Amino acid sequence: MNQASENSIAQNSPRDMNKTTNKLSYRGAFNLMVKRDLTIALRHKDDILNPLLFFVIVVTLFPLGIGPEASTLSRIAPGIIWVAALLSTLLSLDRLFKADHNDGSLEQMLLSPHPVFILVLAKITAHWLITGLPLIIVAPLLAVLLHFNEQSYSALMLTLLLGTPVLSLLGAIGVALTVGIKKGGVLLSLLVLPLYIPVLIFATSAIDTAALGLPYGGQLAIIAALFLGSLTLAPFAVGAALKVSTN
Amino acid sequence: MFEQLNLQINAGDIVQIEGPNGAGKTSLLRILTGLSQPYDGEVFFSTTTQEQVRTLKISDDSELFHQNLLYLGHLAGVKGEMTATENLSFNLALHGLSTDSVDENLSAVNLLGFEDSLASHLSAGQHRRIALARLFSSAELAHKAKIWILDEPFTAIDKQGVANLEKLFLQHAEQGGCVILTTHQDLTIAKEKLKKITLAYRFY
Repeated sequence: MNQASENSIAQNSPRDMNKTTNKLSYRGAFNLMVKRDLTIALRHKDDILNPLLFFVIVVTLFPLGIGPEASTLSRIAPGIIWVAALLSTLLSLDRLFKADHNDGSLEQMLLSPHPVFILVLAKITAHWLITGLPLIIVAPLLAVLLHFNEQSYSALMLTLLLGTPVLSLLGAIGVALTVGIKKGGVLLSLLVLPLYIPVLIFATSAIDTAALGLPYGGQLAIIAALFLGSLTLAPFAVGAALKVSTN
Repeated sequence: MFEQLNLQINAGDIVQIEGPNGAGKTSLLRILTGLSQPYDGEVFFSTTTQEQVRTLKISDDSELFHQNLLYLGHLAGVKGEMTATENLSFNLALHGLSTDSVDENLSAVNLLGFEDSLASHLSAGQHRRIALARLFSSAELAHKAKIWILDEPFTAIDKQGVANLEKLFLQHAEQGGCVILTTHQDLTIAKEKLKKITLAYRFY
């Protein structure tokens, strides 16, 4: 903790003896925010079901449209699953800050004594738990529908596990920038989609390589680098963008 | 909107900012909280730390400033998907305050019996009251926000509620806090205790 909060503790401590004040640590603030967002999402079930349903529908429609030939389907399966995952994340992004902005919670968040990036990271984590994790769970089932190559299941799971958090993190920057705009949907897609392209390219390439029985560690390492880079930098960018958007 | 505005607000002050619609009352309050940046000018705050008075720009130590700030804007910041209790507990916990007396705070704003109703089922006035319950909680804690910045706190609040709030403002001011608020209602607070800042509407 920095000096300021130490000072304020020192300033208040003589009077605080009789009242319990639970000063929140960074971790406490993080947990509080995640818990709140999960509670809200669970009471608003559309939020969880909509992206997941979209994902399932898109993937199941492909075999119907293209025909049941195993060779064609297994050739295009990685692309279908990843594009569907990407679009369904995009569909759910809007909710990340919009509701909080509309009811004033976002202002309260920015005025809380915690650094904004902690709270932002908590919100993104909650978003990933609500949208990214269900995708990872249903993806292998849908992969069966597409005659997915047996050798590439582990690659699919690993790329999704590393890649979907990147989608949430990068998407949050776009949402934070457009949250003050009434109809920001189109702008959001334009801002965010180009940033998603590298994840898409390396993820599908990793899965294709795995299907050939070759090592795909290189592609995975690049996705992991994208993940770690966005994990450390995106919360700061989102915090700054939110300050601009609420100005 | 306004320019060459220079004001100092001390502990124990209750300041009412008035002016016609569009004069910039809300903008002024948002600048004071740091949510909006002024085109020109600075906002400072001072704190007493270890017997020393320090005056800082609000952006220099926003963590310390935010610990001492309680802002209620036009929007209540109440989530419809959560109950009254959950809303208040979250808001208090986020600001590092104890959540022990949530029920008493809710009864102080006449929400007894609605603790476990989802906020989306409550009326506009009751929404507002959930947000205002933070003031009551803040008032009784020693470790509390000293600077209250309230934008139209009386919107959708009944007469008795307004009277209770005014009493609370006086109590807060006596304990060394300050209240900055905008309202179009006439306050019943005695004139010598109330400062007024009037913003004029300007045409360009």
